[in-house]
Amino acid sequence: MIVRILGEGQLEVDDSATDELNVLDSTLERAVNAGDEPAFRAALAALLDRVRSLGTPLAEDTIEPSDLILPFADADLEDVREMITGEGLIPG
Amino acid sequence: MKGKVAPMSVMKRVSLIFKSKANKALDRMEDPRETLDYSYQRQLDMLTQVRRGVADVATSRKRVELQMNTLQQQQTKLEGQAKQALGAGREDLAREALSRRAALQTQYTDLENQYHSLQADEEKLTAASQRLQSKVEAFRTQKETIKATYTAAEAQSRIGEAVSGISEEMGDVGMAVQRAQDKTAQMQARAGAIDELMASGALDDVTGTQRDDIQAELDQMRGGQDVELELERLKGEIGAAPAKEIESGPAEDGGAAQTSPARPAEQPQAGDGS
Repeated sequence: MIVRILGEGQLEVDDSATDELNVLDSTLERAVNAGDEPAFRAALAALLDRVRSLGTPLAEDTIEPSDLILPFADADLEDVREMITGEGLIPG
Repeated sequence: MKGKVAPMSVMKRVSLIFKSKANKALDRMEDPRETLDYSYQRQLDMLTQVRRGVADVATSRKRVELQMNTLQQQQTKLEGQAKQALGAGREDLAREALSRRAALQTQYTDLENQYHSLQADEEKLTAASQRLQSKVEAFRTQKETIKATYTAAEAQSRIGEAVSGISEEMGDVGMAVQRAQDKTAQMQARAGAIDELMASGALDDVTGTQRDDIQAELDQMRGGQDVELELERLKGEIGAAPAKEIESGPAEDGGAAQTSPARPAEQPQAGDGS
């Protein structure tokens, strides 16, 4: 599958990593819902680090939609809230 | 918020938002091939925007760099003043100069952090700009191929893929530019405040009293010392000169002291010889 980390680009990640990433994603989700900023930061960093270490960057001239899109590394809780409600963050 | 939305993951929700944006772009056109041209035009606009973003961040970084240099010069000056003051036995003045230097160091550290942050943004945006550039070029080739080879109906799925792929990239880059611009604007405001401080002289003089009063006092002190030294030198000169001159007229003493400061080094030998 193709995973995009916003601000960094796209990576090809083997489908076998799905379960592991889902676990990390659930932790992130809980932190977002709880409004727990430190937990959120840790969970986001963990998820992104895992994707970076598992994935291989796509060639720059590849034009393919991603299967999953992850927030940028220095996003805060508010950024992610806006991102998942589609409020204003994504231009166009 | 927690109820129905909660089961869906962050990754999926972010992805969905992007996809819906891409789909809107696709739905806008009747002939899918028009979508290609429209999208390409927007890509070119976005490239211009990213490049402008990179330039803005670079300008901001350079401004911070200049301010760092100024602050550093100021710190060096204050350290010199502290040494000078200590040498003259004025520990109070030295202490004052050093405490001002410490205050500037705080400002400097703040600027240094801004500098590194802007540098990182610049690198990220430059990379994003290169990625987009490669994709735009690839898109242009695909666009021409699709237009030349396929009928409108056949082209649809290929166009869908290319357009959603590229609009995701543009969404990403657009966000990055936006963030960089917001941050740059904040830093410009802070940089402006520091420029004003520098212009007002408040950074020379953190205590907010008189402008560079340390230097004034040091100058005054040194002025005083110079006079003392000069006096000593003159006394020495006169002492070394034939004793009768001193005996004969104290009025000449005054005359020598008046002319002497102008030519401190040459006067003794020339005067003695004649």
